[in-house]
Amino acid sequence: MLVVAPLQHVVRLLPVLVILLFTGRGDPVRLWITLGITVVLIVLGVIRWKTTRYRITGDRVELHSGWVRRQRRSVPRDRLRTVDVTSTLLHRVFGLGVLHVRGASSAAADHHGLKLDAVSAAEAARLRTELLHAAPSPGPAEVVSGDSRDSDYRHSQVLSTLRWPWIRFAPLTVSALAGTGVLVAAVWNVVSELGLRPRDLPFAADVEERIRGAAIWLTVGVLALVLLVVAIVGSLLMFTERWWGYRLTRDDDGTLRVHRGLLTRRSLSVAGNRQRGAAVSEPLLLRAGRGAQARVLATGLGRGGQGGALQPPATRREAHLLAAAVAGEPVERSTLAPLRRHPRRALWRRLTRAVAPAAALCAAGWAVATTVPGWYWLGPLTTVLLVLAVPVGFDRYRNLGHLLTARHLVTRWGSLHRRTVVLERDGVIGWRIRQSIVQRRAGLVTVEAVTAAGEGGYPVTDVTAADGVALAAAVTPSVFDSLTPLGAEEPAGDLTAQGAGRGPQERLDHR
Amino acid sequence: MTVAVALPLRPPAHRVDPRAVQWWRLQGLAALVVLAGPQLVVWSVLAMSPSWLLVTTIVTAALAVAYALVVPPIRYRIHRWEVTDEAVYTLSGLLVREWRIAPISRVQTVDTEHGPLQQWLKLASVTVTTASARGPVTIHGLAAPDAAELARVLTETTQATPGDAT
Repeated sequence: MLVVAPLQHVVRLLPVLVILLFTGRGDPVRLWITLGITVVLIVLGVIRWKTTRYRITGDRVELHSGWVRRQRRSVPRDRLRTVDVTSTLLHRVFGLGVLHVRGASSAAADHHGLKLDAVSAAEAARLRTELLHAAPSPGPAEVVSGDSRDSDYRHSQVLSTLRWPWIRFAPLTVSALAGTGVLVAAVWNVVSELGLRPRDLPFAADVEERIRGAAIWLTVGVLALVLLVVAIVGSLLMFTERWWGYRLTRDDDGTLRVHRGLLTRRSLSVAGNRQRGAAVSEPLLLRAGRGAQARVLATGLGRGGQGGALQPPATRREAHLLAAAVAGEPVERSTLAPLRRHPRRALWRRLTRAVAPAAALCAAGWAVATTVPGWYWLGPLTTVLLVLAVPVGFDRYRNLGHLLTARHLVTRWGSLHRRTVVLERDGVIGWRIRQSIVQRRAGLVTVEAVTAAGEGGYPVTDVTAADGVALAAAVTPSVFDSLTPLGAEEPAGDLTAQGAGRGPQERLDHR
Repeated sequence: MTVAVALPLRPPAHRVDPRAVQWWRLQGLAALVVLAGPQLVVWSVLAMSPSWLLVTTIVTAALAVAYALVVPPIRYRIHRWEVTDEAVYTLSGLLVREWRIAPISRVQTVDTEHGPLQQWLKLASVTVTTASARGPVTIHGLAAPDAAELARVLTETTQATPGDAT
């Protein structure tokens, strides 16, 4: 830590320092400024190191830090949800890691958790084991060297390891494309900060000549092609950096561990009693390529740890199998269960919700196209959107579905981003039932199961009011006992009757 | 079409304090000042201010006044709350009805809040949070003593519940 923090700052400031050093043409003042910045960074690093203390007591993890502004933060150990260890390339050079622990409640202090930056890799591994298991480990002697893998994996089952064919899904993820954009921007920054002007490159004039000579559609086409190639190559690189050495294991006590990363090693551990189910996520592009990604729903994880991603984007089958394994059910009783379709009235609502905004956009598009000269293309473009909205509406309806199994609530929704969620019944900590005016006319409701895990709530969209209430009542019967009026006890046929059933043969399979 | 038909759940037992109507009206008027005030100022200060600015000011004011007159009584009829042995249960929402149910065993914190307007009207809001970011159940516009009593009872019940409520 004494070395890493100042070095990190130096790396971050490197472009500035370089410019200061090289643009001055030997001006001594600039040299002094550079030296001064470096000294200040080192002094700050030493102060930070001197004033940072952490302590793990019987029931709390405490972190004291700061010199001018002293901070004392602590997280109760029984509130700890996830522990993850990250080590960037710089950390790894010095055998260090950053331990990040997160708590459960939605209160900010708990949620953001504590970050121990940086402890030795061995210490990080020991702390992780100690914090995740109620009984403290025998001590540092257990972990011998920096490579803690052997002791970690002794009692664990490997659920998934990296398969290189998955890399074909990498260009289909938006985050990879966005990451590529960042990469390009970074390169551009460096180039311009170093004072290189693209115009000065030897072949620039030749390229310019050709562009001037060519037709405009050709230029646009070539440019788009170049961008596409850059994006694909970038996403492949990002995939390699993120998922190199990927390995997912489950310990005897149910703790899931994800290890991955080429330059920055990341490891995420989610204790078994923090897991509330699993999800299969299919964004549009990935779904078009018949891929999907499995995630774990864990309390305290939030959007950290890449939203609980357990696996790189993989084939649909593999993602579903993994989600089912995490949920602890056969796949046909978790994310691939035969879901109950929602009523036809829901189709009308999905269609209007998809088409209405597109229609408004289309009207505005045509209005602009007819009044503003040169924007004639806006009308046809928005019309295409309008036409595309119709299949999206149908698809949204087709994807809607839910099912109550013995241990889980399964729900699926979305078209541009389809998600299938298997949420443990015990993980439901409340309900939000919403009904708009249109829904009231159609007798539909959207029932959202509130949970401490994942995104905080998962919707069952557009079910009939009776089914929605019966569903909620079946998951948390004691809560609804006093809320349902007497006459309406069994509106959904067998649902309430079987809701409390636990055996798999009593699975609620309607129609 | 009544609420009872909309959902096979009985509505929560209690209404909020009648003074909540005044509170919502005052909020509407505050919105009037915030929205129409600047328009009026600009219209009166600027020498060559366009005439349509006066029109929008009047429309904004009319809408805000209409809202303050019509909507609060309707909301008062809709908004309901109840604390059963098992759960905190609320119903709210003008255009989109929303029923929120938080089992008492999952409650983590109970907050009471008095805004300036609420203090003046001796009202308070009680927010019950669970471990989920989507979970908080808020009861607006309770009489201040009722809110304090409710918070006290809920806090005691919550403390008596073992586990960490996730």
